[in-house]
Amino acid sequence: MKKISAENLDYRELNNALHECHCDATVTDCLGQRFIAAGKAHYNYVIEGISGNALGAYLNGSVIRVNGNAQDAVGDTMNAGQIFINGNVGDAVGYAMRGGEIYVKGNAGYRAGIHMKAYKEKKPIMVIGGKAGSFLGEYQAGGLIVVLGLSDNNKPIVGNFPCTGMHGGKMFLRTKPESVDFSGRVNVNKAEKEDLEEIKPYISNFCKEFGYDEKEILNSEFTLVTPDTKNPYKQMYVAN
Amino acid sequence: MGIEYIYPEFEVVRNADRCIKCGVCQRQCANEVHKLDEDLNVMLSDEAKCVNCQRCVALCPTRALKIVKSDCRLRENANWSDSTIKEVYKQASSGAVLLSSMGNPNPLPVYWDRILINASQVTNPPIDPLREPMETAVFLGKKPEKIQRDENGKIKCELAPQIKLPVPIMFSAMSYGSISYNAHESLARAARELGICYNTGEGGLHKDFYEYGPNTIVQVASGRFGVHENYLNAGAAIEIKMGQGAKPGIGGHLPGAKIVGDVSKTRMIPEGSDAISPAPHHDIYSIEDLRQLVFSLKEATNYKKPIIVKVAAVHNIAAIASGIARSGADIIAIDGFRGGTGAAPTRIRDNVGIPIELALASVDQRLRDEGIRNNVSLVVGGSIRCASDVVKAIALGADACYIATSALLALGCHLCRTCQTGKCNWGIATQRPELVKRLNPDIGYQRLVNLVTAWQHEIKELMGAMGINSIEALKGNRLMLRGVNMTEKELEIFNISHAGE
Repeated sequence: MKKISAENLDYRELNNALHECHCDATVTDCLGQRFIAAGKAHYNYVIEGISGNALGAYLNGSVIRVNGNAQDAVGDTMNAGQIFINGNVGDAVGYAMRGGEIYVKGNAGYRAGIHMKAYKEKKPIMVIGGKAGSFLGEYQAGGLIVVLGLSDNNKPIVGNFPCTGMHGGKMFLRTKPESVDFSGRVNVNKAEKEDLEEIKPYISNFCKEFGYDEKEILNSEFTLVTPDTKNPYKQMYVAN
Repeated sequence: MGIEYIYPEFEVVRNADRCIKCGVCQRQCANEVHKLDEDLNVMLSDEAKCVNCQRCVALCPTRALKIVKSDCRLRENANWSDSTIKEVYKQASSGAVLLSSMGNPNPLPVYWDRILINASQVTNPPIDPLREPMETAVFLGKKPEKIQRDENGKIKCELAPQIKLPVPIMFSAMSYGSISYNAHESLARAARELGICYNTGEGGLHKDFYEYGPNTIVQVASGRFGVHENYLNAGAAIEIKMGQGAKPGIGGHLPGAKIVGDVSKTRMIPEGSDAISPAPHHDIYSIEDLRQLVFSLKEATNYKKPIIVKVAAVHNIAAIASGIARSGADIIAIDGFRGGTGAAPTRIRDNVGIPIELALASVDQRLRDEGIRNNVSLVVGGSIRCASDVVKAIALGADACYIATSALLALGCHLCRTCQTGKCNWGIATQRPELVKRLNPDIGYQRLVNLVTAWQHEIKELMGAMGINSIEALKGNRLMLRGVNMTEKELEIFNISHAGE
């Protein structure tokens, strides 16, 4: 694994170095450089430090690990691959992602998983270990969002207006259904044991990566949110 | 509530002497207007379903049919027009938002028609384009501010990525889904033959059309449908869609019923699921955020593709364009409020935005005033109807024009403005296989090539008359324009003189 120090490199120089090495690489001293590994399909990357906005945008198969916090728009329009953030993440993580997996150990900012979608064998997965900000899963059209609420920052597991405009996919929150105020247009139920089977492999990945006890997490009460097909998110139109 | 029957807008006039009851009209009409009553052996018409697309008229073998506007009108009222009253009826019975197709049909000012072009007389000679070479090629992309030389005095030739167009016309964004496979194939093949570009719209790129990549602009919009690494790298340029002239400030919604078969595959969403394009890009709240999306696309494509940012012409367009020109974008596309659409809320389409002519004039002026005009190329659309509109746009400062409605007309569209029904009898705005196959791409692409070639001849002729033999010399050359029927303020915004001055 090649080591590349990001010290004194701007994002273009750093990405060029990653582009030209054609190999797995560890980036050290990362300090907010943007667009790291944008569109990458091969090779794996470890980032030491804080990755800047749009880490792994359009990612197409690479695996990225960040040992630190990450900024906004991680995994924007991601198609395949995995991103592990061993820290907190900024706003709009996984915007419009269609495939691949994002695991965040800590908290996520606003609009996590906005407009996530799924297609055939592609099913995007996002597991947030801590709490999520407002507008979680806005316009969610597919895929799976799991929030575990493991951080103790005294905030609710999710901020205001979760699932606004949700029209596909599923969301699991490790909390009681009545503890969150959802928009009227989603179905909110207690997750049954068979529901939890679906998230088990991803909880397992999360626990392996960040050192949590899988059984303890799965033994808690989860809320399952799905779109309400009887009350769909759409405007009423009349032809004119 | 009482009866609120809306009398049909059109009448089917069938000449009984000519009608041979062959049933062509019945088979051709997806709206099911015509029907043969076998007992009485007469053709009947349900005119309430007629949209006046003229398909039956065009295909009737004995010319027995015509469609005319019904003269059954409500009592005349200059304030309450027929259409205004009927819109109230429709909303009172449905409780729904009015939805229209294609561009704004209202009689609002078309400034192209108030601008006149100059010609050479006596003091400088006009040029005969059939005899002398005329250059209509343009390059779209960032241009250097000045010539730079290396230490040996050689000119540095590295340019930002450019799109070369032999004629300053491109086909603007129409998604696969809003228009048919055969319509897309026609556009793609015509673009390749003409050496210009067509635009995927936000419906993704069908796998069959990757071969047209060098003549394709791939679009990234707020829904990010069909966007992935190969898609981004497939085209000649990437267009970020921020807005559309026919519906500034609102998003799109292709209903699940239309997400079938290849449309689902190309958008990369499951069949039957709604394709919602949110009104905003949720990661863009500022020019800095836009810059981030621009550069994330450049990073993902290794700085090889020009990035276009498409916006609707709205009130503060000059300031918005100034921001975009500083965002790292290579090209700004501005769409005017008479631009077309597959479906837009009527009130938005008819009331939001400003005409492209005014937007173009103010944007070009602002970018020049701020010394950043070379940062970007300007592409304008939103009702460019003919070659003289193109020439006027170039003289006002555009680098190229986007056309869409005129391209659809070339493919057979009769502007009946009911695209949203998905029952286009001409095989354009439909996904129904039996309708799609009515548009033959072998013929369709040739008609598009003919149209643009004809416009190119006319552009050369207009340039020749002005004594200009290179389109670059026409760009921003507002001395070639004069206004008629304009106020002082309008002339000031266009920065042109009145005719006679």
